[in-house]
Parts: sequence; C-alpha cells; structure tokens
Amino acid sequence: MKQTNVLIVGVGGQGTLLASRVLGRAALMCGNDVKISEVHGMSQRGGSVITYVKYGSKVYSPLIDPGCADYILAFELLEAYRALPYLNASAGRIIASSQRIDPMSVITGSASYPDDIVQKIGPSRITLLNALDLAKKAGNVKSVNSVLLGAFAKHSEIPFEIWTEALSQTVPQKTKDVNLSAFMAGFMESNPIS
Amino acid sequence: MKELLLGNAAVARGAYEAGVRYVSSYPGTPSTEITERISGYPESEVYCEWAPNEKVAAESAIGASIAGARAMTCCKHVGLNVMADPIFTASYTGVNGGLVICVADDPGMHSSQNEQDSRHYARAAKMPALEPSDSEECLEFTKLAFDLSEQYDVPVMLRLTTRVAHSQSLAETAERLDKPLLPYEKDMRKYVMMPANAIRRHTVVEERTSRLEEAAERLSCNVIEDNHSKIGVICSGINYCYAKEAFEDGVNYLKLGLVWPVSPKLITRFASICETVYVLEELDPFIESICRSYGVSVHGKDIFPMTGEYSSAMLKERILHESADVLQPEEDLPPRPPALCPGCPHRGVFHVLKKMKLTVSGDIGCYTLGALPPLSALDTTICMGASISAAHGMAKVRGDEWKGKLVSVIGDSTFMHSGITGLSDIVYNRGANTVIILDNSTTGMTGHQDNPLTGKTIRGHATRQADLEILCKGIGIDRVTVVDPFDLNALEAALKKELTVDEPSVIIAQRPCALLKTVIHRGHCTVGDNCIRCGKCLTIGCPAISRHDGITEIDETLCNGCGLCAQVCPVNAIRKEDEQ
Repeated sequence: MKQTNVLIVGVGGQGTLLASRVLGRAALMCGNDVKISEVHGMSQRGGSVITYVKYGSKVYSPLIDPGCADYILAFELLEAYRALPYLNASAGRIIASSQRIDPMSVITGSASYPDDIVQKIGPSRITLLNALDLAKKAGNVKSVNSVLLGAFAKHSEIPFEIWTEALSQTVPQKTKDVNLSAFMAGFMESNPIS
Repeated sequence: MKELLLGNAAVARGAYEAGVRYVSSYPGTPSTEITERISGYPESEVYCEWAPNEKVAAESAIGASIAGARAMTCCKHVGLNVMADPIFTASYTGVNGGLVICVADDPGMHSSQNEQDSRHYARAAKMPALEPSDSEECLEFTKLAFDLSEQYDVPVMLRLTTRVAHSQSLAETAERLDKPLLPYEKDMRKYVMMPANAIRRHTVVEERTSRLEEAAERLSCNVIEDNHSKIGVICSGINYCYAKEAFEDGVNYLKLGLVWPVSPKLITRFASICETVYVLEELDPFIESICRSYGVSVHGKDIFPMTGEYSSAMLKERILHESADVLQPEEDLPPRPPALCPGCPHRGVFHVLKKMKLTVSGDIGCYTLGALPPLSALDTTICMGASISAAHGMAKVRGDEWKGKLVSVIGDSTFMHSGITGLSDIVYNRGANTVIILDNSTTGMTGHQDNPLTGKTIRGHATRQADLEILCKGIGIDRVTVVDPFDLNALEAALKKELTVDEPSVIIAQRPCALLKTVIHRGHCTVGDNCIRCGKCLTIGCPAISRHDGITEIDETLCNGCGLCAQVCPVNAIRKEDEQ
C-alpha cells in the first residue's frame, strides 16, 4: 500500500493521542507497517501538540517532514493553521474542527487570534466541521476525536468495518457507544462548514 | 507475534523477556512509561518501584544485581546526573546479575531543562552503551544489554532519545526467559571499593574496555549496509530512521547499535568503501570525534547543528540539496506554550507571590509553568531541589537587603527527591528562609506517579505515608504552616507572617492536582452582567477564561469550578454555578 502520512494536531488535553492510537490500530489491521510518534510531558499541559501517524508497506521514520502530510486532522483552528507547513502543498487535505481555544498570549491581550483562517489556508484544502457540536449531540463533548476520525475515514482507504472495529478496541469500553455514534456523525456529516 | 509498541513499552517488554527481577526508577519524561509498563507484569516475576530519586533507584538496582538478580533502573538524561555517583563506581565493581541503566535523552527539549548528551557518561564511566532506533530494537537491545552486562561483568547503558521512547512501531514479542537468581559469593576485592581494591578494579575496567572495543567489530547490532554508493553515513538510533527515509538504499550505512566503545577496525573498513562519510548524530559530535581520533575524515557538525533534533528533511537538504514545497501561514501566529491547567492548585500560590512581588526560587515540575505570563512569578529554575539550596545561597549573600522578599517553591515529590537536604542546610547553617512546599499529592508533570507522600506504591499497594510536617520539624523547622492554596487571603497572611520571622519556616500549600481521578469537580464559574471589564480575572492565567470584544467569557468545558477567578474579581461578578 502507498504510504499515508497523517498529522494530528490540537491543544494538550484534547484527546489527540487516542485518535492516533485508533488510526494506528486501523492501519495495522489492514496489514500495514505503522509508526506513530507522540509527545508526552510538559506540552500536554495545554500547549500545542502534534502526533504523527504513518502507514504503508514499509515506514522508516516516525516523523512527518514539512510538505509531506497527506492529511492533517486538527482539533483546533489555530493549530490547523500552525500545522500548514506540514501539508503536502499540492494534494494534502486538512480536516479541522471549527473550535477556537485562545492561547494565553491572546487571553492576556499581548497577541490576537488570526482572522479568516479558513480563507488563508485556502477553502479547497480544508474540510471544516463543528466537531464539538457533533460530539455533544453524540453524548459526550470529549468524543471530538471520534468525530474527526469519522470525517477522515471517508477519505481513507481503510474499510469502514475496520474503523469501527479499531475504535471499539481502543476506546474505554464504557465510552464505546458514544464514540461510535460520534464517529458516525463525523462520517455522515454531509454539509461541512465551508 | 508482532505488536505495535511504544519504544518505552518495548524496553519494558525486552527487560521482562530477559528475566529482569528488579526495576527501580524515578519518573522523568521521556523515560517514565518504561517503569510504568513494568508494573503491568506479574508481581511474582518482577519487583518494581518508584524510588524517591534516581540515586536511590540506581543504588538499589546495583544491590539487586550484586544479590544475583537481573536489575534495571530507568531515568531521563538529567536523572543520570543524579545517579552519576553510584554508577561510576558500579562500573568498577561490575555486576553479578545483569544490570541495565536505561537513560532517555531529550534532544529538542520537549520536556526538559537542558539538552545534554548522555553518551558522554558511557565513555566517562566506561560502560558500554547501546542505542536502539525503533521499538523492535528497543526490545532486542534491552535483552542484549542484559547479556553483555553478564558476559563482560559491567553495567550497560541503554540510551534512548524522545523520538524512540515516544514512537510506536512493530516489535516481535517472545516468552520470558526463566532466569533464577545467580549465586552470591562474598568478594570484598570486587565489591568493597576502598582504594586498595579500586585500584586493581580500575585495571580490570581498562582491560574490559579493550575487549569490548575488540568485540564491537563483530557484534550483530553493528551493521554495514553496502549499497555501492560513494556516500556513506554512520548513524545510530532515530537518525538511522531519518537517513533511511531520506536516502533509502542510495547510500552506504554503518549503523552502530553499540555507540560506545566504537571499533576502529569497523570505522576504517566502512570508510574504505566510501568516498565521503557523514556522521549523523543529534547533539554532540560524539561518534564524529571518535572517527577523527581513528584518523578517519568525516563530515558532521560542519554541516549539521549541535542543537535540537535532526529530520529526514534536514538530511536531504544538507546532503542532497533537495527540499519539498512548503506552505507558510501569512502571519506570525500566537505561540501556544503549555500552561497551568484550569483548577490547578499552584495558580493560587503564584498569584499571591506575584502580588507580593517576591523573588521566587523555583524548581522542576508543573509549577515551573508559573514562570510564564501572565503569572510571571518565578525567578530561577535549575534542577530538582535547587529551589531551596539556591535560595539559601541568595539569602546568605544578599542578607538584610533580601530579607522578607525571597521564597522557594518546590513540589511534594521534588521535595522528597532532593529538597530535604537543602532544607537541612538552611537549618544547620542558621538560615532564615521561607520554603513553600506545593503538595498536590502526586508527581504531576510526568503523569501522576505515586511517591513517599501519597501512601501508595507503584502497584497501588497501601503503604506508610511520610508526614511532611513531622519531617520538616525533625530537620529542625519549628514553624510549619499548612494552608489551602485556593484560600488566597490565608495564603497571603501566612506568607507575610513567615517572611518576617528570624528563623526558617515551611508553608505547605496543600490541595490535590486538579487532574487526579480522585478529585471531583463540581460546577463551573460564570461571568455576570455586573462585570466591569477590569481584566483582573485574566491575570491569573486560567486557560478557561478569555475575552472577546471586551466581554469576558468562561469556557464551561474547560472550567473546573475552582473559584479562584471569583476570589480575584473586585465586584463579585463571577459566580460558581453548582451542578445538580
């Protein structure tokens, strides 16, 4: 299988690690070689976090270089914009939650949150979802990761049944149903915000 | 069977399969998960523990090895500094059961206070060092480390870096080796390091290093891949992965699994099949300078940086002069550094310290984040424990000028790690400092490990809990006050009082970490219509509070309802709504 590079970005505490583990498991179940790189420790405390997931017949490096991400799953809009240099400039796609979380410099007024991020990224490169709202409707605001995975699943070559199996195996058992409906909500979202 | 394993989990698996019986560590990113994973193996097979600090951990692992067990200690790079004393001498005594010292360096400083290259310790302490490049090798090299340790009678270093420790890749797992305790024989010439014995052991150490250097030529973890290219790269660890991604089979490789000692014959043999040789290594020119000392001409730090991480893009750009098209944001983006969590008990302390304009000697932990705006309340952070001892030095040289204006802050786990001795120094040498112990009932930054103050072991067994108040009093601190850091008035009053007395004092700011599962949050705060938009609540640096178009909002999905913002609001516009 051709190598696929997926960058998952967000704010520490948003659940990006769980999303990378579901994706890694799904890719593995399809018989791929898989590498995932995570960041633990200090940046987990509300800082920008990046997780790399790569799969294909043989993966060497666990990291994704600038210009080489086929997909970016963004849990927060400013983080989607920050990750833009990683995107494959000609064919990459960003799947982003429209959620906005102000960094401390914006809260204290020493910097401002950029306007019109979607326009600046280029609307043709981005699929924007109100993932927070969809997660709430699915039953838990913390299931944003499953909503974004659902939206990504539509673009990926990984079969639907593998996705639901990988999700069920990875998330805590008591949150399985909520995560599956959140995943479906992301998958079915026919009218993403443009 | 192949499993997708985190590098750290693969080290734990490798140690388990090698028959390890004893693991003692102090948590430290990026090494923490190794010992955590070990605690997932049956207690009947492996004893494991969190020690109060790395020196204690290493010494206990040395003892377990002498007593005949395969033993391991794991730490981050700066933890290796703490355990340097015992391991330099353990290199002289050698081992009985295999002894592995696993150290995880942090190039790029994702979660560290310096960027040291721990390979220097291998050479300085004269112990061989293995460096894996992915989870498969983490597992295999850990087993190899135990074998080499017993074969050469030496502690073996297993060196990881963040990208290996915190990446997941496939690894083949196997059954555990049944490794009974080795017989113990009293041997004072080997284990009692008094000068007359140590001087003989030093000769043994030097002979051992020569034998290891000789053996390094043939070790299966050192591999030459001859792809009939003019270019050759010498690499180890994660840089092998970056190089394979950048060049695939387009260059020749010398992949060193053993990064010290390095075989001169292997280096010269590899150089003879290449026209140009590059050494790819993050941080210091360690292998590069060894190559030069063998008379082999190589490129290294002349084209690559001494600081930060490498990447396959960097290798491509600097060796092949190729780069990918890269999109850039149109503007400078506001950075998003980490911040104290909503509901964090440390926030109250730093708010008061800032208000009182004190000089604050800080320490290592989540509370280091108190240095960042808007709290901006820390003056110094050096290493574990330095908050107390550094403040002692400051107070002695500044005397009356800084009297009543200087305070130390240190976490509970950090205090047990290396704060006690600093406090003892203050008492013994007639200091009068005030120390705040931020007791949040856990080791927070590394992800909630237990410590001697929590009353639980790594496996969750109940144990005797150290009593901070009695401990401080036992050292000679007569003035110990316990306050709730969310009671801002009480905290300020306690500080004002203690800073004026002419004797050392300790304030224990006690409240559990907001992220602990046992801490139940009820309700969240909301901003009422009587808000005068003064912005006071924004100065506490809570990620849940923001202002849009002049209107202050509290994000209910982030707010933990600690009510600190309500305490600082001058017009009582913030209320806590209790959930039913």
